[in-house]
Amino acid sequence: MKVLLQHRVDILLFILLFAGMSFALYMALIGAPTEKTMGDIQRIFYFHVPAAITGLTAFALNFVASLMYVFRKNRWWDSLALSSAEIGILFFCMLLITGPIWAKPVWFVWWTWSPRLTSSLVLCLLYAVYLLIRKSFEDPDRKAMVAAVFGIVAFADAPLVWFSIRWWRDIHPSPMLETGNLDPSMRPALYTCMAAFLVLFLYLLRRRFYLEIMRNKIERMIRRTDTIR
Amino acid sequence: MLFFGIVVLVIFNFSLGSLHDTIRPAVPGILWVAFAFSGTLGLNRLFAAEKENGCLQGLLMIPADRGAIYLGKMLASFFFMLIAEAVIFIIGLVLFNLTVWAEIPYLVLVFVIGTLGFTAVGTLLSAISVNTKLREVLLPLILFPVILPILINAVEATDIILNASDYGATNLPGTSSLPEGLKLPLTIMSSFTVIFGTISYLLFERVLEE
Repeated sequence: MKVLLQHRVDILLFILLFAGMSFALYMALIGAPTEKTMGDIQRIFYFHVPAAITGLTAFALNFVASLMYVFRKNRWWDSLALSSAEIGILFFCMLLITGPIWAKPVWFVWWTWSPRLTSSLVLCLLYAVYLLIRKSFEDPDRKAMVAAVFGIVAFADAPLVWFSIRWWRDIHPSPMLETGNLDPSMRPALYTCMAAFLVLFLYLLRRRFYLEIMRNKIERMIRRTDTIR
Repeated sequence: MLFFGIVVLVIFNFSLGSLHDTIRPAVPGILWVAFAFSGTLGLNRLFAAEKENGCLQGLLMIPADRGAIYLGKMLASFFFMLIAEAVIFIIGLVLFNLTVWAEIPYLVLVFVIGTLGFTAVGTLLSAISVNTKLREVLLPLILFPVILPILINAVEATDIILNASDYGATNLPGTSSLPEGLKLPLTIMSSFTVIFGTISYLLFERVLEE
């Protein structure tokens, strides 16, 4: 616990996260009205949508950090890219698990190859490959550079996957907030959940980022002692 | 590379044995799986010779743009893959009993653009995987998710050409304009090739740097 709460910002974030998540759970499960046709299963929507948005944010952050690493060659950016890729995969796993749970009773199938579903799955696979590439290099500088190059390739690939399959019939509900189809009484729950997920993202990112920085420091120390010896 | 593509065709022939008389709709997918698998084998060997003899260092010392190495490697794998595709395609025609004389110009167009896109990103990823511990194992794992847009559109375009009768209004053969519905997949494949060709050309030297 002491290690978890080293920094003042982290303590603040942790308290905010705990309170926010509890409140979000209350809002999503009890506060929000029950949907007319789907019933209680619709409540998974309040976790599905924030997971998608935070996951995409994480992948976009990975792209920016990868781009910065290619130009600056500063390990700070590499640590940021790695942290955001891992957290992005975490949120996308959440997305890909809650999706089928909702789809089975509503669509009567677990999975369908609709554009949204396919591109989410491919995006998740691409970043799993990103981690795989990192695992297969030993030299830290080369690992960071190759991973950054692949991070750029992966993010450039995502829109192309989307355009390749957009003519397939899409039965996934269209974005509720853009179309304004979401009932006003459901909005507070969605916004609370989004805020809670954002805090969760920031907290995880900070923790993972510190861990990576520490790991780099230790790596450098080991290398220094090796050269002395 | 070539032999492996033929083996894939034979395996598909047996695994889809139950649809023998109606295999035509499945042919585009079978062909592109065979192309992609044999192309991956080719890409795996692309930097192997340089790696074994330490020749990559020598190449990097040449006082020229590193992008030139990328372009050379890409064109080499492009032509090898195209030759393999031609042979696999002809054998596929024989094995699956297809007659496609009139459609050949369109098919060549799709094969050329698809192969360009495949090798554009494949060369970059091959340069990445050749320096890893896993080497040959890693390349297909990192390549296939990335080239998915090429595969989807190439299969789609080949399907439109081969099974044009299903698409009703398509104007095959003999007319000079592209068949209806073929423009979109070709546009996406071309933009994929341009985008990833540019990214790979610019980032290639970063991947090779020691």
